Amino acid sequence: MKKVFEKTNGLTDVPMRYCPGCGHGIAHRLVGEVIEELGVRERTIAVVPVGCSVFLDEYVNCDGIQGPHGRGPAIATGIKRTHPECIVFSYQGDGDLASIGMAETIHSAARSENITIVFINNAIYGMTGGQMAPTTLIGMRATTCPSGRSIEVNGYPIRMCELLATLPGASYLARTSVDKPANIIKTKKAIKKAFETQIQKKGFSMVEILSPCPTDWGMTPRVALKRVQNEMIPYFPLGVYRDWESRGKKEDDVKVAIEA
Amino acid sequence: MAEKTLMKGNEALAEGAVRAGCRFFAGYPITPQNEVPEYMSWRLPQEGGFFIQAESEVAAINMIFGAASTGIRVMTSSSSPGISLKQEGISYCAGADLPIFYANVVRGGPGLGNIAPAQSDYFQSTRGGGHGDYRVFVMAPNSATEMANFPKRCYDVAFKYRVPSMILADGLLGQMMEPVEFDFEPIDPGSIPAPDWALGVATGRNKRVVKSYDLRPGRLEDWNIERQKKFEMIEAEECDWDGEGLEDCELLVSSYGSCSRISKSAVKLARDSGLAVGLLRPITLYPFPKKIFRDMARKVKNILVVEMSLGQYVEDVQLSVEGAVPIHFHGRPGGGIPTAEEIFEIVKKIMRK
Amino acid sequence: MYQGIIVAGFGGQGVISMGIMLAYAGMVDNKHVTFFPAYGAEMRGGTANCSVIVSTDEVDSPVVGQPDSLLVMNEPSFAKFEPTIRPGGRLFINTSLVSSKSKRKDIQVIDVPANKVAEEIGTLKIANMVMAGALIKHTGAIARDAIIKSLGIVYSRAKPEMLKMNETAIKRGGEF
Repeated sequence: MKKVFEKTNGLTDVPMRYCPGCGHGIAHRLVGEVIEELGVRERTIAVVPVGCSVFLDEYVNCDGIQGPHGRGPAIATGIKRTHPECIVFSYQGDGDLASIGMAETIHSAARSENITIVFINNAIYGMTGGQMAPTTLIGMRATTCPSGRSIEVNGYPIRMCELLATLPGASYLARTSVDKPANIIKTKKAIKKAFETQIQKKGFSMVEILSPCPTDWGMTPRVALKRVQNEMIPYFPLGVYRDWESRGKKEDDVKVAIEA
Repeated sequence: MAEKTLMKGNEALAEGAVRAGCRFFAGYPITPQNEVPEYMSWRLPQEGGFFIQAESEVAAINMIFGAASTGIRVMTSSSSPGISLKQEGISYCAGADLPIFYANVVRGGPGLGNIAPAQSDYFQSTRGGGHGDYRVFVMAPNSATEMANFPKRCYDVAFKYRVPSMILADGLLGQMMEPVEFDFEPIDPGSIPAPDWALGVATGRNKRVVKSYDLRPGRLEDWNIERQKKFEMIEAEECDWDGEGLEDCELLVSSYGSCSRISKSAVKLARDSGLAVGLLRPITLYPFPKKIFRDMARKVKNILVVEMSLGQYVEDVQLSVEGAVPIHFHGRPGGGIPTAEEIFEIVKKIMRK
Repeated sequence: MYQGIIVAGFGGQGVISMGIMLAYAGMVDNKHVTFFPAYGAEMRGGTANCSVIVSTDEVDSPVVGQPDSLLVMNEPSFAKFEPTIRPGGRLFINTSLVSSKSKRKDIQVIDVPANKVAEEIGTLKIANMVMAGALIKHTGAIARDAIIKSLGIVYSRAKPEMLKMNETAIKRGGEF
């Protein structure tokens, strides 16, 4: 029989414990495949966050370090500066990257630290049980905004790609989604490009992946995917926000990305 | 190498760490320790090392956490408020069994406090400092020369037991200049093989993971008990102290760090006026040299503890002595520095009773 | 021999550099030395002071509570430190800038018109070394050769003519 799919060597055989319909599993697989395809598995170090993906170190088939909530980019910085031969990526959720770890995110981009961030944006705190995230949409319910996020009380959700695109040090920024096969393929391309950015020593790269959280959204997996398409993507437009390869004038880059 | 160099304590500390093999430093400005990052910023590149001014103390300790996971010798430094900020990261290092070295050049607190020398971070330093069951190997230098030579001892212990290590100094030690003599040859970190737990290029070996969590039922308890054995070994093996006039003293004065030098002057004044006074100074604060205190408690009539805080160090003396002898206390908080004359007056009062 | 010295004045008068210079020279002269500056926020206020100890025995406490010698370079320093001088100690006053007179009978006062002498030599910058010259002459704490030798090391980047003027300043200071 012809083999049509094989599990990547970039992942271990440990069964993942994510909820049905969660986007983490797909993102993990894509990262594993990219690491394998680029031939960097034996020199890659995963920086593992606090959050649902805290077990990433068990799933990914490379060295890993699990650190304090939000500090992934700082940990990655310490490793990369002293071991430029290693490929270092930090895997983070929205609370980790855009709330508690905002300073580390911005400053590692400002320094154009030669690291890669895989940022899972599911607009909610998953592991702690569905509290409001910095990317929770207006009107969206969470356990700490039970009648929905209000602008008056909670302000606006943060668009990280747009924010980082203002920094000259951000060399590659893309926002993708895992809501449908076509977008999953695009996500993999973006992750690959981000890793290549690092391999070619071009500086800071980040892929923001819009991802469903059926459990904490209180939805079936199918309905959760609809929310990604109908509510998240309109607020968080997909696309490439910075690309060192096609970069013209930096200011123009930013403008085009935001208008798109 | 026996040649003496006039150096600031902070510079001696930085140079000592570099000579002891430190090749990565991340820090953030705060008085009175700024000479450490300033010195590292030009000195480390000379040795092929790396310096980063981090965006915060929190980022700095996590850069250290990352770099330490690769098995190299790393350092960060700060002063009191900044060390408070680093505690989460230090706890992670303890939890992940990473050897790190850091220095607290203590200033007056609590809060923003002031920038004067103080010893009020004793509890924080000797009890672990962050969350969870762990200790940090703590050395208390009292001269620029010890600031220069103790980083090596800290690295030795940190790597032997895989624990965090620190130097507890203060603004006086950091800012004062003295002739410095190094008691060891510079170490080439390239000659030290990478530890078998270090992350990095993994060609031909299984993957390695550095982490501090274990959610499986009962496992974290086992892990903590296992780690406790390390601390018991450290307590048995790594204590250090220094003393003077211990053979015949009736009153034992005890201080650590910069304060121990002031107490030493006071003890000399007392000896010159014919009083049987001795000095006991712990060099390691964790592990605390309990045994010598217990031994001395059987010999002397009184103990006087002098510290630049309001009753922190004295508790370890009390715990060691277990009520065997009266303990008198003189503390100067908030950046106050006692003088030798001031201590001598108290000594006279106690001896007259 | 034990000399606890406090040097005090305005920032920019070379108070800290004189302190370092004295400590270095003491080390060159095979003495035990410590130097401790007032640092940080205190420094930003425009006044500067430092403590130097030079001793034939090991220095224990680096804190100078009661100086054996006080060098005052400006008026506020006189008010702050003059009462702290150890009985039998010495007060060196830069009389070019300080008009206060000590009423204490238990100390020796040495008047040094340091700014005036420095200007005569060629630059105000070396007023501190005029004071240092007076100090080592009266206390004998540090050999003059040691301090002159140290000038070239501590100020390794200074021009030869500047070093020469420093040297002259130390000698002239010794005349008071």
